[in-house]
Amino acid sequence: MAETDRTFFEYLVYVSENHSPLDFMLIADHIDKFFYGALLTIEITVLALLIGGLMAIPLAIARAYRHRWLNAPIFGFTYFFRGTPLLVQTYLVYYGLAQFDFVRESFLWDPILSSPWWCALITFSLNTAGYTTEFLRGAIENTAKGEIEAARACGMSPTRVMRRIILPSAFRRALPAYSNEVIFMLHSSVVLSTITLQDILGVGRWLNGRYYLAYEGFITAMLFYMVLVFLISKAFRLWENRWLKHLKSHNPAAPVPERA
Amino acid sequence: MIKKKLTMLGLAGLLALVTGTATAGSALRVGVEGAYPPFSWKEADGTLKGFDIDMAMEVCKRLNRECVLVEQEWDGMIPALLAKKFDTIIASMSITEERKKKIDFTIKYYNTPAKLVAKKDAGFEGTAAGLNGKRLGVQRATTHQCSAEKLYPGAELVLYGTQEEVWQDLAAGRLDAQLSDSLQAYEGFLALDAGKGFDFLGDAIDDIECQGVGAGFAVRKEDSALRDALSQVILDIRGDGTYKAMNDQYFAVDIYGN
Repeated sequence: MAETDRTFFEYLVYVSENHSPLDFMLIADHIDKFFYGALLTIEITVLALLIGGLMAIPLAIARAYRHRWLNAPIFGFTYFFRGTPLLVQTYLVYYGLAQFDFVRESFLWDPILSSPWWCALITFSLNTAGYTTEFLRGAIENTAKGEIEAARACGMSPTRVMRRIILPSAFRRALPAYSNEVIFMLHSSVVLSTITLQDILGVGRWLNGRYYLAYEGFITAMLFYMVLVFLISKAFRLWENRWLKHLKSHNPAAPVPERA
Repeated sequence: MIKKKLTMLGLAGLLALVTGTATAGSALRVGVEGAYPPFSWKEADGTLKGFDIDMAMEVCKRLNRECVLVEQEWDGMIPALLAKKFDTIIASMSITEERKKKIDFTIKYYNTPAKLVAKKDAGFEGTAAGLNGKRLGVQRATTHQCSAEKLYPGAELVLYGTQEEVWQDLAAGRLDAQLSDSLQAYEGFLALDAGKGFDFLGDAIDDIECQGVGAGFAVRKEDSALRDALSQVILDIRGDGTYKAMNDQYFAVDIYGN
């Protein structure tokens, strides 16, 4: 076939197959799989952050006020989940629990623990709860004493002080640290592919296993993660501009201060 | 004494490396894996054992050449052959079209078929229709991944990093079936306690395109003389009963295949 006889599309296929370091047509053929993978990655990451984040609020309060009985066990919990790799935790839940007959025969097995999706969600939620508890505790402890005293002086009950004064300001101060946690969680979600789930990396590994082409699968996966991280940091930048406005310089021309 | 022997062996290897060309009488350097029992494994004292190792020794004997076994990790096997670290690979390597693009193979020296494994009373057939909607486990990047996608398009494919993980999840009840090498399935699962209550599902699968035509010795493309000599040796070993003796040491069935 002479060059001129080709349609533009055929020319693209030709270049991709013969001259390009990457087989773009192969990626294009399977790009829908990557999008489904991205959906799974986002689904589990978002749900885990939501569940773990909600768990972290009472845990962080109990830690910040050194609750007589709860402080030590909660510290043990956060120490365990922050001190061990997420991969090992996930293996323990997915492969470890499956080893015991009583787990496999329990009512929890069939809908929950037999499914890699649930095992991942449980482990990821507990893991992010561990991290979030600790930096939220720090933010709560760092609330300015004057704010609390003022609220008390106005006649607010301790619960109301917590709800109206301490938590809102703690959330704001924890926001930059939380954006890191969200990005870390997204990066850690590659663990999904090790327990058979077809997340973004899982699809990349599938492509490599099927066609023995490592670059195609992994570069595509990398681009997907990069886009997601870009979107996450963009979103947090918007939130920070909104909720941390009081930290901005009063000079309207001055740029927003970079976070530490 | 042993040390001296080792030194001599090392010298012979070095000599072979220096002289390079494979002339009759010089050592034959054989790439082996040493991590795929019962075909090749390493004893605690470092000696290599197994069907592939016996095969390599017998081949050298018949070619009248000294054997130098070179251990090599699986994923670097073909690059090492091309870099002339050894002259041939005897490591249960399946003869596939994909590999033939880079290297050449002798005729097969064994061919164990791939089979499905499922619960004894699975309640479904090992066919495309039977596996429709079922969870089918395979090890990633194997010939079985290729076959599973081709033969059972309706099955939900579940991919694992190692074959061990496939067995774990099959035993745990997370998979309805799995596809792998039948011999490994027997030795590594069905014959063990973990594999009680499980059995092969259906006959050996028929898929030469994905599975290849069995395992052969690999050589560089330009070494066609060595390839032909090795193929002839395989025929001789098979023909005069030596093969059966070697086979029966490790396996209850004849692994040569049809």
